[in-house]
Amino acid sequence: MQLLGDERQQQLDATFAALADPTRRAILARLANGQASVTEIAEPFAMTQPAISKHLKVLERAGLISRGRDAQRRPCRIEAKRLAAANRWLEDYRKFWEGSFGRLDDLLDEMKLDESKTTGATRKPATTDKRKRKQGDL
Amino acid sequence: MLNTGTLRITTPTDNEIVLTRVFDAPRHLVFDALTKPDLLKRWFGPHGWTLVVCEVDFRVGGAWRFVLDGPEPGRSMGMRGTYLEIEDGVRTVHTEAFDEYPGNSVVTTVLTEKDGRTTLTGTVRYDSQEVRDAVVNSGMEHGAAETYDRLAAMLPSLG
Repeated sequence: MQLLGDERQQQLDATFAALADPTRRAILARLANGQASVTEIAEPFAMTQPAISKHLKVLERAGLISRGRDAQRRPCRIEAKRLAAANRWLEDYRKFWEGSFGRLDDLLDEMKLDESKTTGATRKPATTDKRKRKQGDL
Repeated sequence: MLNTGTLRITTPTDNEIVLTRVFDAPRHLVFDALTKPDLLKRWFGPHGWTLVVCEVDFRVGGAWRFVLDGPEPGRSMGMRGTYLEIEDGVRTVHTEAFDEYPGNSVVTTVLTEKDGRTTLTGTVRYDSQEVRDAVVNSGMEHGAAETYDRLAAMLPSLG
């Protein structure tokens, strides 16, 4: 394991903060299909162009998008590297817990079996009892 | 409604992670598996890692200590903390820190049972982003796969 450098930690901070807003996530989803101008991005939203521009600035500062040089159009495009870093971080975290919990599933199956073996002689499993009660209610 | 076996991970704030997972077992068994060393040793840790040291002083103010051995020789990871709150069979709050990294996190684990199934909700609150990032190996060093499809697919899940 290697600790991230300060700069990279700040980048990841900015990335997650920028992704915390649903409008900005929708903008990124749109840009994942290809670059677009502010007007094109604003089209499906019930928002003014300046409001969209504000969101674009946050995304740009977080390094999630970049703007083209063309002064008129300044097309926005997604910066895949930064988004992939955030994605990778969550993936690694998921792997840690999915591996653990997968093993826990197996262990719990064993524990249930052990429990039913030791208590099975004296009482029936809870699920059977419940079903019986429900039938009785009808 | 969550299915058994599906792990849900959300990042509601900058320094929090919430894990939700349903287990096909009653609550008291899940609670035992989360708190008893002989059981913890059989499941805790990512694929390829083994929990070799597991000491749990299960009482409020009591300490816990884990050491995991990694898949490569000589690679290990130590964790430690203190139990802050215990509601037997239902809920625990403990601190968590890694040997090699600064900072602390507070982990709140809540178990709820319905129809013989148990939902585990784990809220991990880090006192800094630095610690959150240290929890797992940094994928940023490895040049992550940059598939647009995957990127677009992850966006809704970050909500």
